[in-house]
Amino acid sequence: MNDFRAPAPFRFVGCVELREMLGRKAADVQQLMAGIEEVPADSIYYHTHSYFLRYEHGPSLFPSDFATWVAVSVRDRVLSERLGLIDPFEFRDVEGLRAAIVATIDDHLKSLWNVPRLIHGDPFEFVSSHILEVDLELSAQSLQEFRDHLATVDRSVLFNHICEAKIRKGRHSGDFILWIGSESGLNLPDLATQIGAIQPIGLTLEGIRTRTLDILDHWLARTVPA
Amino acid sequence: MPISLNAYREIASPGRVELLYRLSQQTIGKRMLHITGNRTGGEIGEILHTLIPLLTEVGLDVRWERIKGTGSFHEAVQTFRNGLQGEDVKVPDAVLEGYREAIHQTGRTLDLSADSVISHDPDTLGLIDYAPTDSRWIWRCYLDASRPQRKTWAFLRPYIIKYDAAVFSLPQFAQPLPVPQFLVYPSIDPLSEKNRELEPEEITETLDKLQIARDKPILLQVSRFTRSKDLRGVIEAYRLVKSHFDCRLVLAGTASADDLDEQAVLNDVRDAAAKDEDIHIVPLPPESSLDINALQRAATIVIQKSRREGFGLSVTEAMWKGKPVIGSETGGITLQIMYGQTGYTSNSVEGTAFYVRHLLNNPAIALEMGGRARDRVRQNFLITRHLEDYLSLLIFMGRL
Repeated sequence: MNDFRAPAPFRFVGCVELREMLGRKAADVQQLMAGIEEVPADSIYYHTHSYFLRYEHGPSLFPSDFATWVAVSVRDRVLSERLGLIDPFEFRDVEGLRAAIVATIDDHLKSLWNVPRLIHGDPFEFVSSHILEVDLELSAQSLQEFRDHLATVDRSVLFNHICEAKIRKGRHSGDFILWIGSESGLNLPDLATQIGAIQPIGLTLEGIRTRTLDILDHWLARTVPA
Repeated sequence: MPISLNAYREIASPGRVELLYRLSQQTIGKRMLHITGNRTGGEIGEILHTLIPLLTEVGLDVRWERIKGTGSFHEAVQTFRNGLQGEDVKVPDAVLEGYREAIHQTGRTLDLSADSVISHDPDTLGLIDYAPTDSRWIWRCYLDASRPQRKTWAFLRPYIIKYDAAVFSLPQFAQPLPVPQFLVYPSIDPLSEKNRELEPEEITETLDKLQIARDKPILLQVSRFTRSKDLRGVIEAYRLVKSHFDCRLVLAGTASADDLDEQAVLNDVRDAAAKDEDIHIVPLPPESSLDINALQRAATIVIQKSRREGFGLSVTEAMWKGKPVIGSETGGITLQIMYGQTGYTSNSVEGTAFYVRHLLNNPAIALEMGGRARDRVRQNFLITRHLEDYLSLLIFMGRL
């Protein structure tokens, strides 16, 4: 029986987020673009990734606070839809993502006579994200152990091993896929590919967890003899 | 019985309590001091009464000290509170002197040694001048200080900028300051008398006591009896609904018999209610947590039609009880209610009536929204998240 054991265990690390207000606001789209150009990368990260930590019960329609604010407070549907099409997970780092957002807003503004302004609600407030890792002192050596721990750990574990790993730590495939697919891990590249096909956009962390567990359960059921 | 973090395992999100225990490994043995005015009650008192035992349980050495002030100190603090929230207050020099004197007496006698000191609201700001050099001082402001009266701000700002950091409840409550400013939402304790699960008999007994029948849907607003809560607007919205749906309106909240403004509003609301037997005006004494809990649980829809609001923990409480909330777009109400998912926001009488009618007509939608509202509170506005934020703040400040 292949119990899929890895030479090196997977360590589950969760995280908490401390939010720092930058004291910078935007009341129109021009100011929003200027802010996006100038704020620290941690703020871009907050507004494009941290919603995963904030919304558990249902996915946010738009994949960034920028798009949401433009839709709800400025009510520029065209721009919010264009911003909504930018998938933060397609970028290798925050700077690439920042450039794409700025280019999209800039292109939109060039097509208009007036700068769209806040017409409903509050100005956009730039906030920065400080992520603190929390080692859960929990590890998995086999695929079954990995599956069982993944089912019960705090959902910030998923954020840390997916968002943080991909965008801020340069491990572009994310930690789960890296460990499952690599020789130092489980060396199951096909399984890693299946999990890698899960698109985080439009899902919650719980949604990502459920889909990952479905794939793992299917794999384990298929490969472990009764 | 001492409060234990373990008691929240079944309430908080799965795995969260374990994460908090692990996080607290980084703060074990740290000394933390909370300082408040001695009349601190309400929101801050409720939070600290739960938070401090939890911080202690996870290994911190925590103290809570209160300034013993005289009449002029309390007058100064109330003036600062009103002024910080934009009221055009008078700040006589004698009042400022009373504040300085109370701060001086406290600063000389109180043991201020700690790794971190949390100074709550304007009451204790001046103690920063007596801070030992080896501790981190954090100003925790619960008020909406976005448009302070200038004289008040001119007096307080020199104290604030001596702090190592400031903490606000919402980004829009903050001021431009040369110190780091962090965002920490207030929270509710799901195990407190105001929020614990109630047996059906407890709800029935309370409503019987308050003489509110449960024969038709109940619309509820829980708030102080002040003009900023737009109680007349709530009655107008109810009347627009009433012509289509038979329902009751309950306006409940703690009311002080000594507060002339509150009494005037109460009389005004009674006039507006006229002789409608389905409008229940329920002024409650300060310790009425169980009554409020039961009313929120008995309600079909909760309204919070404030013209101006702080964070709005009464909205949080209602959401935790699985109720859809229709609230104004002000303060923390906007943050808490996710439009169309956990309730609706509206700034008009007509809008409020429209959404109430929609939900009364679609109870399944109301039920679904209530479930999402409870999940939203579970994730973002419970005391366990507050504990997480304080531990994170301590760890982060220790690294600066």
